[in-house]
Amino acid sequence: MSTTGHRMGELFIYFDHNATTPLHPAVWQAMRPFLTDVFGNPSSLHTEGLQARDAVEEARERVAQLIGARGEEIIFTSGGTEADNLAILGSVLARQRQAGHVVTSQIEHPAVLGSCRSLETQGFRVTRLPLGSAGMIEPDDLAHVLTDDTLLVTLMHANNEVGTIQSIQACAALARSRGILVHTDAVQSVGKIPTRVDDLGVDLLALSGHKIHGPKGIGALYVRRGTVLDPIITGGPQERGLRGGTEHVAAIVGLGVAAQLAATHMSDEMPQLAALRDRLEQGILAAIPDVLVNGATAPRLPTTTNLSFKGVDGQSLVVALDLKGVATSTGSACSSGSLEPSHVLIAMGLADEWLQGAVRFSLGSGNTLTEVDTVLHMLPPIVARLRQHTRGSVRHTTVTPSTMRQRS
Amino acid sequence: MATTGSGYSTIVIDHFQNPRNVGELADANARASVNNPVCGDVLQLMLKISDGRIAQVRFKTFGCEAAIAASSLLTEMIQGKALTDVQDITPEMITAALGGLPKVKLHAASLAEEALKEALEHYGASHG
Repeated sequence: MSTTGHRMGELFIYFDHNATTPLHPAVWQAMRPFLTDVFGNPSSLHTEGLQARDAVEEARERVAQLIGARGEEIIFTSGGTEADNLAILGSVLARQRQAGHVVTSQIEHPAVLGSCRSLETQGFRVTRLPLGSAGMIEPDDLAHVLTDDTLLVTLMHANNEVGTIQSIQACAALARSRGILVHTDAVQSVGKIPTRVDDLGVDLLALSGHKIHGPKGIGALYVRRGTVLDPIITGGPQERGLRGGTEHVAAIVGLGVAAQLAATHMSDEMPQLAALRDRLEQGILAAIPDVLVNGATAPRLPTTTNLSFKGVDGQSLVVALDLKGVATSTGSACSSGSLEPSHVLIAMGLADEWLQGAVRFSLGSGNTLTEVDTVLHMLPPIVARLRQHTRGSVRHTTVTPSTMRQRS
Repeated sequence: MATTGSGYSTIVIDHFQNPRNVGELADANARASVNNPVCGDVLQLMLKISDGRIAQVRFKTFGCEAAIAASSLLTEMIQGKALTDVQDITPEMITAALGGLPKVKLHAASLAEEALKEALEHYGASHG
């Protein structure tokens, strides 16, 4: 699939796949009838309704297959954020209405941090695990914070900003041996690395459509059989009563096809993308002095590199690249409009001098060797120029987690 | 106002890509170093003032594209001007001269204005 040509007649290289991905043409083809002719409500008993119902259930099976689950364990949601909200609020509030303990980490997506903060305002205690020296959540640290009233452990599988892959398997085994539920935000890992619910040993897992060349506005929560949740969106009996409201049939169909494509192509495509990512990373390190690879010592997604350019403001580098037709990010798309440095990089212990200069390159299906080499050619003079008018200016910032506002 | 794909005016993009008056001014007699503690932007402004005029101006900025553009544009606004003409420059005037800034970037104009005020105070304290 081509990601070029979206800016008429101009160079366009898209290295921001962790923010979102272009819709796969086969996904669009599959969705289209459900936005036009096949408009039935899946809850209706007539033929049009049954056609829509069949399509929804087929998609459910496809999503289940991608993560090694059963169809009946998949709940469609409006996206990754709602899936995280349903997993965290739904599981905790189904067990305790007022008090209890939840464990998460300092590097979670705002969708998880927001749900945990919401629980805190309702009287629950939340522990946010720090990272070990290698940028990893340490199972030992988790073991130390679990208590008799811990209701849920929620840890992200792969980080959106730096691509580090956490040891969910070890953490989940620890928690479940004490009867504690485990949720993982797998929005960035599904479709990129093997992400199977039984291998990970989780009870709940959130995924998103638009990160895997599906449509925006659709995601899913895996709910292991026997796990009791309270709905957070109440209404009709759709999605086993866990998500009221008429299903977005076209988007569900699109997610199903995207899941099927990911399952089919992942093993071929990801090694190729890893090679491109490595070429980009190594090329930048070789051509530009004072560059740091964030999370280099941890296992990482094959598609992602997060680099700190010392003496450069990350935002200014992203804009300079955009003006040349290259799309990158300072980190997560949610926070790139905000002014604070990344909470993930702070949690990783990155020194101030590197914090502001972080830029994420996230590759995906359709990226080519030529694109990587074009960026490698383009980047050194841009970085040199940006360094020229900042060199010698002294940073006075001291940023600590306590001084940071939470992002929404 | 013409905007680019990045949502900035062409004036902002021009000053970001070709900043004016970047560098050091060894014989500056008015200096300022201001920073935005939230986003970490730092602006150093150096002025050479003689006969009540800003004879020369240089800056260095560590910051986002808007901070660089606002700093650069400020130097053009004040270069060669009488002190009485520049002392009332406001962040709004800098923003307007840039062809506007996104709301989240308005602080860049404030930082530039703050640097000018501090430099003028520094000059006033030592020459007043």
